[in-house]
Amino acid sequence: MSSTDISIHKEVHHAHDEHDHHHDLNFFEKYIFSQDHKVIAKQFLFAGIFWGFVGGFLSILFRLQLGWPEATFSFLEPLLGKWVENGKLDPEFYLALVTMHGTIMVFFVLTAGLSGTFSNFLIPLQIGARDMASGFMNMLSFWIFFLSSIVMFASLFIETGPAGGGWTVYPPLSALPQAISGSGLGMTLWLVSMALFIVSQLLGGVNYITTVINLRTKGMSMTKLPLTIWAFFLTAILGLLSFPVLFSAALLLIFDRSFGTSFYLSDIFIAGEALSNTGGSPILFQHLFWFLGHPEVYIVILPTFGIVSEVIATNSRKPIFGYRAMIGSMLGISLLSFVVWAHHMFVTGMNPFLGSVFMFLTLIIAVPSAVKVFNWIATLWRGNIRFTSAMMFAVAFVSLFISGGLTGIILGNSSLDIQLHDTYFVIAHFHLVMGAAAFFGMFCGIYHWFPKMFGRMMDEKLGYVHFWLTFTAVYLVFMPMHYIGIAGFPRRYYSWTGFEAFNTFTDLNTFISLAAILGFTAQFIFLFNFIYSIFKGRRATENPWHSNTIEWTTPVNPGHGNWPGEIPTVYRWPYDYSKPGAAEDFIPQTVPFSQTQSSNLPQEKDFE
Amino acid sequence: MSTSTTLEAPNSGTWDGGNEPLKASYGKLMMWFFLLSDAFTFGSFLIVYGLSRHKHLPYTGEADAFTFSTQWWPIPEKVFNAFPGFHGVDLPLAFVALMTMILILSSVTMVLSVEAGHRMDKEAVQKWLLWTILFGSIFLGCQAWEWSHFITGTEEGMLLADGTRVFGANLTINQYGPPLFADLFFFITGFHGTHVLSGVVLLIMIFINTVNGVYQKRGHYEMVEKVGLYWHFVDLVWVFVFTFFYLI
Repeated sequence: MSSTDISIHKEVHHAHDEHDHHHDLNFFEKYIFSQDHKVIAKQFLFAGIFWGFVGGFLSILFRLQLGWPEATFSFLEPLLGKWVENGKLDPEFYLALVTMHGTIMVFFVLTAGLSGTFSNFLIPLQIGARDMASGFMNMLSFWIFFLSSIVMFASLFIETGPAGGGWTVYPPLSALPQAISGSGLGMTLWLVSMALFIVSQLLGGVNYITTVINLRTKGMSMTKLPLTIWAFFLTAILGLLSFPVLFSAALLLIFDRSFGTSFYLSDIFIAGEALSNTGGSPILFQHLFWFLGHPEVYIVILPTFGIVSEVIATNSRKPIFGYRAMIGSMLGISLLSFVVWAHHMFVTGMNPFLGSVFMFLTLIIAVPSAVKVFNWIATLWRGNIRFTSAMMFAVAFVSLFISGGLTGIILGNSSLDIQLHDTYFVIAHFHLVMGAAAFFGMFCGIYHWFPKMFGRMMDEKLGYVHFWLTFTAVYLVFMPMHYIGIAGFPRRYYSWTGFEAFNTFTDLNTFISLAAILGFTAQFIFLFNFIYSIFKGRRATENPWHSNTIEWTTPVNPGHGNWPGEIPTVYRWPYDYSKPGAAEDFIPQTVPFSQTQSSNLPQEKDFE
Repeated sequence: MSTSTTLEAPNSGTWDGGNEPLKASYGKLMMWFFLLSDAFTFGSFLIVYGLSRHKHLPYTGEADAFTFSTQWWPIPEKVFNAFPGFHGVDLPLAFVALMTMILILSSVTMVLSVEAGHRMDKEAVQKWLLWTILFGSIFLGCQAWEWSHFITGTEEGMLLADGTRVFGANLTINQYGPPLFADLFFFITGFHGTHVLSGVVLLIMIFINTVNGVYQKRGHYEMVEKVGLYWHFVDLVWVFVFTFFYLI
C-alpha cells in the first residue's frame, strides 16, 4: 500500500517541478520539520542557548542562597511561589536546583546543544557532503530532543518540584518517592525525559558516524579531515556506546520506582518502616551510571577539542602542531574514557586494589591531554596571531583546560580523593575542565562559524566585552572554590552556617556568588550580539577568516545541498597556513598541488 | 583556483573519500552501529544479572533434596522443567530448548530470504520471510506460555518462614527464590521479547512491501538484508540470555 502512495507523491512533485523549475519548500518543511542539516544545527543551537540561560539562572538562584545564607529572599516569591517560605529557600528545592542545573548543563546544553549544533552543521560542510546520511533521522533526532526538553522543562513547574537527587540520580534516594519531594513525579519526568534524550542521541550519533565514513568527498581521506570532524566522529562513537548503558540503568530504576522490583534496593528503613525490597545493590547503579557518566564528560569536551584546534590553527596562521598526535591523543582519550569510571566511586567501599587500578588508568589520561595542550601552545608559538573573538575564547579554553586539568591529577589519586570527595574542590575541578572549558569552546565555535550559519558577522567589540567579563568571572568563581573544597566544605549542602568550621568562608562564598552573577549577566551581552547580528550584523564574505576548510568554499548563505555546483574535490590537509613560498598565507583544501609549485615541499612534488 | 578547471585527480584509495570504504550503504552501516549500541544495552543487563546473582548464595546441598527458598538462587533445571501437555512430568529445560531451536530455525530461514533477495527472486523472498515471521511468532507464543507458567507457579509453591506459602511469581515476590530472580527473569526476557516483537513487526512490514513489489521495482532487496541483520542480532542475544538464565 505504501508503495503506491510514494509513487503517486513523486509524480505530483515532478509535475510541480516542471511547472516552475524549482522545488519550493513550504514554511514547515523549511524551518520546522526541516531535513537540512544546517537548519537542524541552528535548531539545536537555539535550543541549547535557551537551555544555557535556564541552567545558568538556576545556578544564580542557589548561589544567592550560598552567598547570603542569612538573607531573606521574599523578592523571589513571585517567581518561586511556595518554594520560598518566610523569605527562606526551601532546602529540598535547593537540591532540585542543583540537580536541574547539572542535568540541563551537562545533557541539554553541552551534549545536545554542542554536538547537536556543530556536528550537524560542520560534518557535511567540512567533509564535502550535500547533507547527512539520513536527513529524516536527523530531523527525528532534533524533535525527539525537543520532546525530551519539553518533559524536562515541564518538570520545573510541577507542584512537588523537579528531580532532586543530584544529576547522578543515585538510588535509593531517587528510587523512593517518600524520601524527598524531588523523588516523586519530578524524578519520573526526569527519567522519561532522559530516555527520550538517549533515543535522540542515538539517532544523531549513528548519522554522524555513517556520514563521516561514507559521505566524504573525493580526496578527503581520514588524514585530510579537519580535527573538528575527528572530534565529532569520536564523540559520536562515545555516545553510541555509553548512552545505552545509562538507558539500561534508567530502565531498571524506572522498574524499581514504579513496579516494585529490587534491582537497586535492599534492607531499607524509611520513616521507621522497613521496605520489603531485598537483594539489590545501589552501588550497581553507580557502576552503570558512571560507565556512561565518565565518557559523557568526554562527549562534552571532545567536540570543543576539535573546534579549538581548528580556530587556533586558523587564527595563528600556522599549521596545527602535531596533527596526527592530535588525532592519536583523541583516540587515546576516547579509549581510556571507558575504563576509568570507578574513579568517581573511590569512597563506595570499593576494593582498594581495584581503586589503584582505576587510579592508574585515570592518571594515564593526563598524557594525551598534555599532548593536546602542548600542541595548542606549540601552534600558537610564534604564530601570526589574530585576536578575533573566537580566538580569544580558544586561547582561554586552553587556559581553563590546564587549570582544571591539573586538579584532575590530584583528584585521580584515590588516597587524595578520600579527603576531597564531594567537596567544592571537585566542583571547581570539573566546572573548569569540562564546564567552563566546554562553554568557551562552544562560544569559540559560535563566533567562528556564525558567518557561515547566518551570512553575517558577530560584533567583535561586544565579543571582546563578553569574553573578558566571562573569562574574569569564571576564574573568580572557581578559583576560590578550591580553597573552600580543601577545607572540606561538602557540595550539595543547603547551608553551612550550622558548622563552626565553615563560618570563615562566608565572605568567600559571597564573593563567588557576586562573580557568578557577573558572569551570568555577561551572557546577555552575548545574547544581544547573537540575535542582533543575525538580523543586523555586518554582511560576511564567503571566507571571512581566510580559512582552508571546505565549508568556506560554499556561498555566503549555502542553500539546500550546500554547493550549487559539483561538490569540491580535496587535495591537501586543512592546515596549509603560512606555507613558505605560497602567494597567500592560506591554501584551501581544494587547491591541487599542481597550482602551488612554488610552495610544495619535497615530498609533495610527487603530487604535482 | 576553481576545482572544475583542473584535470588533476585526487587520491582514490579505499579511505580517500568519494566512495563507501566499508563497502556498505549508509543504511546498513546505521543498522550495524545501532546494533553495537543495543549490544551495550543488553550487555549491561546481563552484567546486572551476573552481579545480582553473585550477591546471592548458590544452593550447595544435594540436587535431589533441592527446594525453593529465598536463601539461595534456584537451580534453573528445577524451575524451568514444565512442558505444555506434560503436566507433572519433570522435563528440565526441554521447552526452552525447543524455543531456542525455533528461534535458530528462524535465523536460517532469514538467511535464505536474504539470499533469495540477492537473486532478485521475489517468490522465494516472500516464502522465506513468511517462515521467519511464523517461527518468530511461535517463539513469542512459547515465551507467553513460559511466562504464564512462571507467573502461575506450581501446586507446591514455596514455604515461607512464617508458615505461609507463595505460589508463582511477580515483581516483588516469587516461589522460586530471591525476588531478584524473578525481577531479572521478567525484565531481561521481557526486554528481549520486545525486541523479537519489534522484529516480527518489521518482518511483516517488509513482507508486505515485498508482496507489493516495492523492492523488485527498487532493484535491490537491501531492506530485507537490514532487517535480517537485526533479526540475527536478536537471535544472538537470545543465545546469551539462554546461557545466563538456563544453563549457568
